[in-house]
Amino acid sequence: MSDASDPVARRASRNRWFLLTPALVVLTLAASGPLLVVMIYSFLTPGDYGGVVWKPSIDGWFSVLFQRDFFSEELTFADAHLSIFWRSIWLSLMTTIITFVIGFPTAYFIATRPANRRDTWMLLIIIPFWTNLLIRTFAVMELIRNEGTVNSLLIALGIIDQPIQMLFTDFAVLVGMAYVFLPLMVLPIYASMERMDFSLVEAGYDLYATRWRVLKNVILPLVKPGVIAGSILVFVPSLGAYVTPRVLGGGKQLMLGNLIELQFGQGRNWPLGAALSLTLLFIVTVALLFYVRAAGKEEGHHG
Amino acid sequence: MIEIGGVTKVYGGRGPTFTALDNVSVTIRDNEFFTLLGPSGCGKTTLLRVIAGFVDPTSGTVALDGQDLLQLPPYKRPVNTVFQSYALFPHMTVAENIGFGLKMLDRPAAEVKRTVDEMLALVRMTEMAGRKTSEISGGQQQRVALARALAPRPKVLLLDEPLSALDFKLRKEMQIELKRLQSETGITFIFVTHDQEEALTMSDRIAVMRAGSIRQIGGPRDIYDHPAERFVADFIGDTNFLDATLLSVDGTAARVKLASGAETTVRAPAEGAKAGPVTLAVRPEHATLGNADGALLAGKLANIIYFGTDTHFHVDLDGGGSFVLRQQNQPDQKSGRSTGDRVGVSFPAGVGQVLRD
Repeated sequence: MSDASDPVARRASRNRWFLLTPALVVLTLAASGPLLVVMIYSFLTPGDYGGVVWKPSIDGWFSVLFQRDFFSEELTFADAHLSIFWRSIWLSLMTTIITFVIGFPTAYFIATRPANRRDTWMLLIIIPFWTNLLIRTFAVMELIRNEGTVNSLLIALGIIDQPIQMLFTDFAVLVGMAYVFLPLMVLPIYASMERMDFSLVEAGYDLYATRWRVLKNVILPLVKPGVIAGSILVFVPSLGAYVTPRVLGGGKQLMLGNLIELQFGQGRNWPLGAALSLTLLFIVTVALLFYVRAAGKEEGHHG
Repeated sequence: MIEIGGVTKVYGGRGPTFTALDNVSVTIRDNEFFTLLGPSGCGKTTLLRVIAGFVDPTSGTVALDGQDLLQLPPYKRPVNTVFQSYALFPHMTVAENIGFGLKMLDRPAAEVKRTVDEMLALVRMTEMAGRKTSEISGGQQQRVALARALAPRPKVLLLDEPLSALDFKLRKEMQIELKRLQSETGITFIFVTHDQEEALTMSDRIAVMRAGSIRQIGGPRDIYDHPAERFVADFIGDTNFLDATLLSVDGTAARVKLASGAETTVRAPAEGAKAGPVTLAVRPEHATLGNADGALLAGKLANIIYFGTDTHFHVDLDGGGSFVLRQQNQPDQKSGRSTGDRVGVSFPAGVGQVLRD
């Protein structure tokens, strides 16, 4: 008997679709819909005062990578865009590395506390999350600006005479992003570490592994899923970061998010903005594919 | 040879403290199967972890062949552990697990491979070499854990209740296997268990522990036949406790007067025996059932329980108290006694043991 002719199965199938409706509506309206709009816009012509004109064109996509000289019509790579792509990827990678270097020992520290005190430590990690992103970013700004806490302290201690220019540099953007995204690294690593059987660490020591080798051969392979998840959680939003590079990079150190915003605002080139957004999406998708593959391997390991 | 001298471990600095080990001293000989036996919480695992290096004692010394172990971190001690949970590395194969210790000692790859193959053969796991540890059974995991700990040829192997997770039949097999491995490798085994039968069948010597201190050390026979105190007698096997009066002591022989008025010779404790009221321990199978006349103790047979291999006779003694005897059964033979009979209980001279407390 086929499913379609069985009234019970048919009703079950209808109910399933009925129950799925809210989720499907939200997905269509909130995810696929806007994405489709962006996709279509990227193939249109920019309007004179923003918006788009319904005339098909691939200029938007073309401008992502290339630029035409205004006078000679000569075709060159869009250096400005490429350097922004590169800076975004580089800053995001650095942010991921910095949050890992700080986040891994933090997660280890918390996971090795007595069980009843771990929640308190986790709370301390999460509290900044409850604060507005803009306020946290301005707090970092207050720390590193020329008349800020760090410079004043260094001058007061006589270590430097002139304030060090930290604000409006890549360094500032890195500090800000590492601070903002740190919990996203700590949480998944902590989650894997808490599940880890610490007698395995003892077994490592017992079998002549030094601290460093226990870390490398026992702990890291066991918490690898958490490290990968944390890296993705930090890398992906770093790529699209907007507020932090805007405030701490001072409009000079653009990242992809700022470039996109520029096209929809002052640039009045919506198709280019849309094409850049999709490029960003593409980079993120590639990063996620790496994640899925690594996670899949991990699965095979344990299965 | 491991010399443990006055090891004390106190947990909790401020507030309430807990003494896990209280001035423990013991010397474990080379190539010995030494068992730490006691109920949970008696400190036996803590002592094992002190030797392994996972617990720093509050005071005391631990030396292996004259070398101070407490100065060394766990990864420098020539001591390996078989963990209660096995603690096999889930991200490695059986062979990688076994080779881990040698790899960490930076032995050449060829030597690691040769030793791993030897170990796989020793624990009969050669076909499983490439499996993940999650793909093998509990008994096999147990064997891998053993092979992993034996592979670096430690001077001492520590075993923390390694058989407790196995079912009865597998446990019996592994007990024999462990004995075989110990005699084949010639490594000193220090074995922790709360199972008295396991301790009696495998050990060369047993240390019975309670509340952080060793109550008695001796061979299995010594401990079983001549328990030093009530706790040891009670913890290992079944025992009848009899009130008696100590009349005189001559070396290890003591003259006692039982509650029935009969006098007999029993074993005196090693030290501190004084004339006066004492407790006597007699194992159920060391006593014989006979007629009331001329027996050391007389009473009424209250219960007969058949156990297949043997029969238990519960006797209500005249003047209070009860006594349990155990007799091995013969095929198709009934004991010829029935409940309510007047019977006598006797045991040969030298069989009873005067307890320390």
